Amino acid sequence: MQHTKLQKKNDRQQVLAGEKYEALQQFIDQLEEKEGALIHVLHKGQEIFGYLPRDVQLYIARALGLSGAKVYGVVSFYNYFTDKPRGEKLINICTGTACFVKGANLLMEELEEKLKIKAGGTTEDGKYTLNAVRCVGACGLAPVVMVDDKVYGRVKPGELEEILNQH
Amino acid sequence: MKSLEELKKIRERALKNVDIRRSEDGSGIKLLIGMGTCGIAAGARETLNAIMEELQVQDVHDVFIVQTGCMGHCHAEPMVQIDAPGEAPIIYGHVTPDVGRQIIIKHILEGELLEDHLFTKTHHRI
Amino acid sequence: MKKYRLHLMICGGTGCQSQDSNEIIQALRSELQKKGYEDEVQVVKTGCFGFCEKGPIIKVHPDNVFYIEVKPQDAERIVAEHVIKGRIVKELLYEEPTYHEKVEHQGDMSFYKKQLRIALRNCGLINPENIEEYIAVDGYLALGKVLTEMKPKEVIELMKESGLRGRGGGGFPTGRKWELTAQNESKLKFIICNADEGDPGAFMDRSILEGDPHSVLEAMAIAGYAIGAEKGYIYIRAEYPLAIHRLNIAIEQARKYGLLGKNLFDSGFNFDIELKYGAGAFVCGEETALINSVEGGRGEPNAKPPFPAEIGLWNEPTCVNNVETFANIPPIILKGSEWFGKIGTENSKGTKVFALAGKVNNVGLVEVPMGVSLKDIIYEIGGGIRNDKKLKAVQTGGPSGGCIPADKLDIPIDYDSLKSIGSMMGSGGMIVMDEDDCMVNISKFYLEFTEEESCGKCTPCRIGNKRLHEILERITMGEGTIEDLDRLVVLGEMIKDSSLCGLGQTSPNPVLSTLEYFHEEYNQHVVHKHCPSGVCKALKKYQISEEKCVGCTACAKVCPVDCISGEPKKRHVIDPKICIKCGACFEACRFNAVVRP
Repeated sequence: MQHTKLQKKNDRQQVLAGEKYEALQQFIDQLEEKEGALIHVLHKGQEIFGYLPRDVQLYIARALGLSGAKVYGVVSFYNYFTDKPRGEKLINICTGTACFVKGANLLMEELEEKLKIKAGGTTEDGKYTLNAVRCVGACGLAPVVMVDDKVYGRVKPGELEEILNQH
Repeated sequence: MKSLEELKKIRERALKNVDIRRSEDGSGIKLLIGMGTCGIAAGARETLNAIMEELQVQDVHDVFIVQTGCMGHCHAEPMVQIDAPGEAPIIYGHVTPDVGRQIIIKHILEGELLEDHLFTKTHHRI
Repeated sequence: MKKYRLHLMICGGTGCQSQDSNEIIQALRSELQKKGYEDEVQVVKTGCFGFCEKGPIIKVHPDNVFYIEVKPQDAERIVAEHVIKGRIVKELLYEEPTYHEKVEHQGDMSFYKKQLRIALRNCGLINPENIEEYIAVDGYLALGKVLTEMKPKEVIELMKESGLRGRGGGGFPTGRKWELTAQNESKLKFIICNADEGDPGAFMDRSILEGDPHSVLEAMAIAGYAIGAEKGYIYIRAEYPLAIHRLNIAIEQARKYGLLGKNLFDSGFNFDIELKYGAGAFVCGEETALINSVEGGRGEPNAKPPFPAEIGLWNEPTCVNNVETFANIPPIILKGSEWFGKIGTENSKGTKVFALAGKVNNVGLVEVPMGVSLKDIIYEIGGGIRNDKKLKAVQTGGPSGGCIPADKLDIPIDYDSLKSIGSMMGSGGMIVMDEDDCMVNISKFYLEFTEEESCGKCTPCRIGNKRLHEILERITMGEGTIEDLDRLVVLGEMIKDSSLCGLGQTSPNPVLSTLEYFHEEYNQHVVHKHCPSGVCKALKKYQISEEKCVGCTACAKVCPVDCISGEPKKRHVIDPKICIKCGACFEACRFNAVVRP
């Protein structure tokens, strides 16, 4: 019984993954030029899958006629790409200079302690991923914390608890 | 886009929609309408709409309509004050929609005062 | 179409949008509809007004009234009072901090008085998602003029005469760059717009792209005509979704109007633009690295020469200019090089946009003529230092620049003056620091950044910056020695001399400049193991002054680890063994009795 349940779940996941690969393939097919399109495709891949696991990287490599090493080289070079899955909610703390001089590092310390993870990590329950990001350009609101797309400005360490509770 | 003239045509058309944003540079005539409770009760809104319409009919673009609060002579509302650059302000009283239109045609376009409707030629603040 | 008598301009820049400016627009629209004024009043979403400190901003035309810190629930008031009755909502006006007076008009605010807006000329004035509004303010007229009346050589001559220099950091003369690219014969050439704004604390390029995208498209087409390129790329950070969105709209509209595409203005000149996304790598601001990234590879720089003007994208001649540089070009073409030449200083013409941030009262985007002093920017435009604290330093040029101490504030802002005092113009980040900021910690912050952003190609930068960072880390932990200070200088100079690209050649600047101007502070850290501004945790000490303590118990109440003991109305004492140096007592004391010796 247990076995079949699991089997079903796996099948379903595979169907889901299949749809995702199809979407990616469609995107690649409509490109006018494949040369130079790698970063563009990786952006799309990350949008579809949420991250860029090894299999997806290899898939893209084959589709564009590149080596897997070349693709991995690019993925690991840029901050924006990640090969680890993200939590349900992405918490980004801006570490631009304006936020830094207004205490962004204190916010980071507090959240690291609260969530028991380091910057770049994901909580055990898979709920939150904590990231330090480069200047988001909202320096008027420094220090800035973003949870997914929602921006919180002029955040004080004591307010983090409340912000987390909203998500 | 085939020519500079074509672009300029679009520019002229488009300018009509954004020209009031150039009010800052000090050129152009300011037309103030008293929109206090007294003004609105006396029909300032209808006057305002009539003036807006007339400006559009006459294709005038250097007149900026500014609403203002009660102008202090509630008995003479709706009131309209015209501030042209470098000239003393001129105030009209009891401006009905029709008088409003006349202000645009006579005063603004032809430079003639509407003597019958003048409230005061100038006003001085102490 | 009926003419609107009132225009409500609402800032739709990233800063204001994150404070619900979209909700304000919706609230205003529904309120206007409810009251029956939707045909009389136009609600326009614009680009950034620059006064981000007090966002969201609403500007009303033609009365010229400037509202700040507007919330969605204020929409009702604005419509009922301002729109219907012509009464200004006083509570939403800006109040000058120095003489506590409400200011109605934008032009009267000290934040705007000293500014001169060329690159930002349309930000806040037009709806960036409507090409006709751009055309109304002379948009694409410069392109039309160039294509119908000028030869490519004349365009280049004009740019050279104007004296415009690149606004992205290096300050290379734009006309000269175009000329070099034009000289190289090739069927294929490219124009690239560098919109990979990676400096922490800089957001002027983003604001231009969000507020006036067409000006960049127009200038790229002009540059394409001048150098003989038919294809342009905008290399933009993927972290700027709003700018990407507006650019996509702008490109589509320009194509529809025949301002991009084939045979523009019947001149036989074709030009089209495509977006390329960056993926978060600071080094990609360097032009050869950027080109590698546009080609889809790792963004590592190449040795120059050959310059991109000879061998660039896909090995063809390529001209890379920055967003702000492009935004300056249409006005120069229309008003002439003489007009532009009158603004600014001898060797730095025109204006520069700065992202003013940090411990200053008015955080925001400011555009000033070159040659204005730092003092004017910080005290006149910026409204002085927050909470009446003392200014300690100003950092310009981001991770490539340096810290300018308070006694050098009279220096005029231009490329050469800034370089002469160990900083640089950079792309325009300007971070103000006060007495609470530790300069050692600041340089550690920048080194942490460059260490992470170094692409790893050259050893001096890859390993050298790591070592610099480690030494600084040691110093802030109280483990530094006086020899470490010499090491920082020797190593820093070595990295500057031996790195390939701009990142490595400038990365030690924050350390070297703070070492020069704030040597005593470094000394305090290594000799006395003391951080004067109380930032470096390991070196922090808190004590309660015997004379000043009145025994109010405020400190003991806030202490999270209960390390403060003492009876009410008697002197309290901190137990240094338990103290975690959080500073809560320091903040809580109203008698300045908690001190950081």
